[in-house]
Amino acid sequence: MSTQLKSRDRATHESDSTRGGVALQGVSRAYRDRGGASVAALSGVSLRATHGELLAVVGPSGCGKTTLLELICGLQRPDEGTVACGPAVLMPQRDLLLPWLSALDNAALALRIAGRSRREARADAGALFAELGLDGFQRARPHELSGGMRQRVAFLRTLLSRKPVLCLDEPLSALDAITREELRDWLCGALVREPRTVVLVTHDVEEAIVLADRVAVLSARPGRVLAEIAVDLPRPRTPTAPAVIALRQRALHGLREGAHQL
Amino acid sequence: MTRRLLHALPAAALALALVGAWEGYVDLGLVNPIVLPAPHEIASVAWSNAGLLAANLELTAQEVGLGVLLALLFGFVLGVLIHLSPALRRAVYPLAVGSQAVPIALIGVLLVFWWGFGVLPKLFVIVLICFFPVVVTTVDGLSAVDPDQLKLLRTLGASRWQALRFGELPAAVPAALSGARIALAVGVIGAYIAETSTATSGPYAGLGHQINADINGLQTPRAYAAAAVLFLFAIACFYTLALAERVLAPWAHRPRGESR
Repeated sequence: MSTQLKSRDRATHESDSTRGGVALQGVSRAYRDRGGASVAALSGVSLRATHGELLAVVGPSGCGKTTLLELICGLQRPDEGTVACGPAVLMPQRDLLLPWLSALDNAALALRIAGRSRREARADAGALFAELGLDGFQRARPHELSGGMRQRVAFLRTLLSRKPVLCLDEPLSALDAITREELRDWLCGALVREPRTVVLVTHDVEEAIVLADRVAVLSARPGRVLAEIAVDLPRPRTPTAPAVIALRQRALHGLREGAHQL
Repeated sequence: MTRRLLHALPAAALALALVGAWEGYVDLGLVNPIVLPAPHEIASVAWSNAGLLAANLELTAQEVGLGVLLALLFGFVLGVLIHLSPALRRAVYPLAVGSQAVPIALIGVLLVFWWGFGVLPKLFVIVLICFFPVVVTTVDGLSAVDPDQLKLLRTLGASRWQALRFGELPAAVPAALSGARIALAVGVIGAYIAETSTATSGPYAGLGHQINADINGLQTPRAYAAAAVLFLFAIACFYTLALAERVLAPWAHRPRGESR
């Protein structure tokens, strides 16, 4: 990480330290399906992530995880309840790299939007390329990159937006097992160097426990918080460590309980 | 190189077969050569009138080039405005559709009355005929952007203008270029209509004007020769633009980026 970027980020963080967290209070949200019927996506969800914390949200598919992130990012408004949070950026499930831009220009997109010149934006983004194992692919177009590389470019784009809250929607789920593990380690490292408040949505309980400070377990639709599990384990964590496995059982148990209640 | 030649083979074979059938039809005396001249006669007339045809082609090509370029600019800008403003969409779309039904001969006199015998009335006619496909494809291209892509741009802090600049406009380029291809193909016949419906002064009046004059003067072989030049010119225009697309929108020739 370039020192210049580090110091700028720290400045942003200090000014945002009071509002760098995320707080959802009694949030409900419904949407209309194609037939016009109202479908509840979230029901009475209260969640909190303090500044610099990594909150993982796990749940079965269709539990309103994506809705949750869009609420945090301000792309949707809750029907009930309140969402309080600093400026948040979304890293969607699909990488959504712009096919007409090179990898470097995709990574630098947030900087361009912030009004920086193309040259400056490229220089800033380019400084991080080697660290991400993307060196030599600056000029490649998205379709020429592997899935793991595209996800790294997308993550770099998210990080460079320099917003205090990152919302990651299943960032690793589309990758093969080996790439996923690599990227997970890299993500851990990146967040140690550039601490942010992170809300990570995943259906992979193991991934949640390896990465997160706290894990919230959501029920199937409409999503409700079934359990919150604090992960007080030293990093780096390995998926096979007994403590990780124990927590994983607890989370899975929570999910099963939720399924029984329905 | 051999592969390229092989690629062109079906087109050449088909053209040769059609010309051959045509030649046979005339040579067997099934049609009066004044009504339909034989290809060999057209070729020899074209050869002996090469200077005239070249001068007229130059004029027509200028009209088509400039007219289609203006139509692209006008159509693209109008498409973007229509995309941005639903009110403008409702106001302009019916008029744009209706404009395609205006018989050019009707307004030709008026255009000459306004702008004289120069190139201006012809450009207007070509733009009128060509802008519509560009508007439609641009509007469709702009609204076909992945909505998730726009959401992403919004969370990255993009303003409406930036979403347009970074997201929608580049995404619409391939569609707009398809519109441009249609416009260019229509533009050649547009030039013919323009030349025959607005009066012209000067020694060379373009291929369209020449065709009409030759038909009236019973110089059918020369009219056909001029039509053949227009025919080849339209094909050349189309493929030139197809090449330009590869430069302007290289991503459009590959599988879309998002899917693996």
